[in-house]
Amino acid sequence: MSSVKHGLGASAVPRWLHPLAWWAWALGLAVVVSRTTNPLLIGLVVAVAGWVVARRRPDAPWARSYAVFLKLGLVVIAIRVAFTVVLGSGFGSTVLVTLPSLPLPGWAAGVSLGGPVTAEELLLAVYQGMVLAALLACVGAANSLASPARLLASVPAALYEVGVAVVVAMTFAPQLVQDVGRVRTARRLRGRPDTGLKALAGSVMPVLEGALERAVDLAAAMDSRGYGRVGPMSTALRRTSGGLLLLGMLGICAGVYALVDSGTPGGIALPLLATGVAAATVGVLLSGRRSIRTRYRPDPWALPEWIVAGTGVLAAAVAIAVSATDPAALVGQVSPPAWPQLPLLPAAAVLLAALPGVVAPLPPGMMSTRGTAPAAGRRAPEEVAA
Amino acid sequence: MIRFDDVTVTYDGAAAPVLSHVDLHVPEGELVLVVGRTGSGKSTLLRCVNGLVPHFTGGTLRGRVTVAGRDTRTHPPRELADVVGVVPQDPLSGFVTDLVEDELAYGMESIGLAPDVMRRRVEETLDLLGLADLRHRPLLSLSGGQRQRVAIGAVLTTHPQVLVLDEPTSALDPGAAEEVLAALQRLVHDLGVTVLLAEHRLERVVQYADRVVVVPGAGEPLVVGTPAEVMAHAPVAPPVVELGRLAGWSPLPLSVRDARRAAGPLRERLEPLAHDAALRARSSMHVVDGEPAVVVEDAVVRHGGVVALRGATVAADRGEIVAVMGRNGAGKSTLLGSLVGLHTPSSGSATVCGVPASGLRGRDLVSRVGLVPQEPTDLLVADRVADELASADRDAGAAPGSSRTILDSLAPGIHDDIHPRDLSEGQRLALALAVVLASDPPVLLLDEPTRGLDYAAKKRLVATLRRLAEQGRCVVLATHDVELAAEVATRVVVLADGEVVADGPATEVVVGSPMFAPQVSKVLAPQPWLTVAEVAAALAAS
Repeated sequence: MSSVKHGLGASAVPRWLHPLAWWAWALGLAVVVSRTTNPLLIGLVVAVAGWVVARRRPDAPWARSYAVFLKLGLVVIAIRVAFTVVLGSGFGSTVLVTLPSLPLPGWAAGVSLGGPVTAEELLLAVYQGMVLAALLACVGAANSLASPARLLASVPAALYEVGVAVVVAMTFAPQLVQDVGRVRTARRLRGRPDTGLKALAGSVMPVLEGALERAVDLAAAMDSRGYGRVGPMSTALRRTSGGLLLLGMLGICAGVYALVDSGTPGGIALPLLATGVAAATVGVLLSGRRSIRTRYRPDPWALPEWIVAGTGVLAAAVAIAVSATDPAALVGQVSPPAWPQLPLLPAAAVLLAALPGVVAPLPPGMMSTRGTAPAAGRRAPEEVAA
Repeated sequence: MIRFDDVTVTYDGAAAPVLSHVDLHVPEGELVLVVGRTGSGKSTLLRCVNGLVPHFTGGTLRGRVTVAGRDTRTHPPRELADVVGVVPQDPLSGFVTDLVEDELAYGMESIGLAPDVMRRRVEETLDLLGLADLRHRPLLSLSGGQRQRVAIGAVLTTHPQVLVLDEPTSALDPGAAEEVLAALQRLVHDLGVTVLLAEHRLERVVQYADRVVVVPGAGEPLVVGTPAEVMAHAPVAPPVVELGRLAGWSPLPLSVRDARRAAGPLRERLEPLAHDAALRARSSMHVVDGEPAVVVEDAVVRHGGVVALRGATVAADRGEIVAVMGRNGAGKSTLLGSLVGLHTPSSGSATVCGVPASGLRGRDLVSRVGLVPQEPTDLLVADRVADELASADRDAGAAPGSSRTILDSLAPGIHDDIHPRDLSEGQRLALALAVVLASDPPVLLLDEPTRGLDYAAKKRLVATLRRLAEQGRCVVLATHDVELAAEVATRVVVLADGEVVADGPATEVVVGSPMFAPQVSKVLAPQPWLTVAEVAAALAAS
């Protein structure tokens, strides 16, 4: 493993970073967010994730979803605040404005419409909305940094076919959006309304028909290209793996039931569950041996992957540790409203998670040293435009 | 290499077999062209080769199909993936991954080749098809020709001995089609791959074929022969062949090059007639005076960050047929879209009959302008032809039965109870046209109308368009089909990168253009002839 090939930063050979590394990093940041309501820390996480995305995002269709996740986050905050204003919680004393309140019938006791809006509840709503928005931003970052197809390509052989199904489903979503656009266009060309409920109802069938046709085409193409070819497998091995899978599933079901049902003796649930999981895992691995698939240029797990995943895990670990020892530092104070303080240790850990923006190799096709992101890659094909 | 022994295919629920008693033998290294009308069983024949029929589609196959010694009876498609590569009609529908390089490797991963073999073959294939610059590109960002080449490359990496392609160039502009055909040519000549190819656009491919298989449909026996043999008796043939028949050349030329070498005497005979003929052919235009029906002025249209039209100016009068040409992505569809208000110019204007198109909705829109999109099926929503026509009458506020009358004049004999999806491409186009014409719009726009049409259907379309123009309609069509443009257009507008680069009578714009000249014009250049009909009329008159 030469140092140049799997080296660090923009000078390294451009390659795809292992998708699991990006996900570990992003989920680490998400853990930090889930442990805090401190707006400064949340803001820092979003800023760090955004900076890394800006530095290492490839020029590919899946990478363009980041902005959508951010917008979705803003919508979440807006909804959370709107609910607080309308429904109220009666918490806090600093009344900002009093809305006309609506008396509700007796069965809706405990819910009030309108009434006083306090600074405390508003602040709390904003902070809680920010947590959700930041979680979305983290998922969006991982989603745009790591290709979903590459992520699923790294699942074990036995689960591979499931992975393909998921990838296909994911490519279908954007195509479905395109289809909806096409059908709406056609409605308009025929002089029918292209917006509103009726138009939506009218476009369901054509869109589904189109999706079904494409699914059949794709299935034919995959079949022709050798999808699902299997190697020989001895009967004994097949029976063993099948039996293990069945046993494992039964064990998992029983274990979960025992966990939920309070009447079952407590000691039995966890061992049952663990045995079930173990049996199922062995079954999956065994049946995976039947697959003859090989992998083309699997993504290596080298130093950059360790660093990227490590910074995420470290940030999460620090946040968990701090929340156990000094929970107050991570809480955004709302009652009485106060300017939040940035907790130093978690903030430092989050800042460290910006390191991937420097150490991760550039994705192929994006040479920042020459400053030429392939503009042609952004050219929309005419079909899309039409 | 491929052998059909007395093959009869009947789909479930069908009354008659699609193919009956087919015997065909394709030896190694041949490029065989399969022609036939839509619905004649051409695609069924192709899909038999790798066992998709009947393993995937269902139905019954009697007889035996063997490929490289493997019987498709015992080998389902996935077990034939290493001997037969199938490239679907729409390459995008067959892509499984999202990057060029991964797509090339997918087939090899499935059959379990060793990593170093895969690596080597991917590089070889990238070179073979000229894809090296695109290796890291997402598939969705590729142009039509590039996608088609990636789709071919993706099946080539498993080193199949047989390649099966279903209309590989029908959606491509002339340049991209050349790209794909050159790649195929190389495979046949250098690697000895056996190629089975279905295509409607004979003028593009017939010169490369070693043999032609005609699938007449309705269970009739196949006609197999060398291209010259088959073309000599074909009811419809590419213009270069028709010109050869007219001039009585023997052997019959199949390529522009052959025809040009034989055309010396004909050019001499036509020389004194050329001037008059060009004038006469174009004087049959029925331009209606008055304000132009369609005006696009200095329009700029953006899709996101992409500028699709950058200051294009085009106008068209009633009675004119204007062909808008240019490579894929040049802005043709956007230009048409801006005329029905699908895209609003961020500067400049697009007006139909004096009204800005962007504000038009509902009946205001359909009574002024009608657009038949690239996929005519998009316009069709009902389950039966009769329902479709009735709803078209309602949308247009026309008397019941008026669109039926129009349909019967365009394509007689389409039954009320058929599902629009079961119609042939030509009939479907006619139905979409009837739907659009129900509200009698003075402006008719067509986006790539000849896609998937065979020669007979194309001839009917030409006649239809001429008649519509004579009725005083303004017809604008966006097309890659140079022969269609030569046949009907009174004016040709060439777009490149969102700008108008040429605008003038077809004879001036098209003659001498290497990309947009029709075959007759290439053969008889520098004389301004565009179609065989023109030449025939001039010869008859002299």
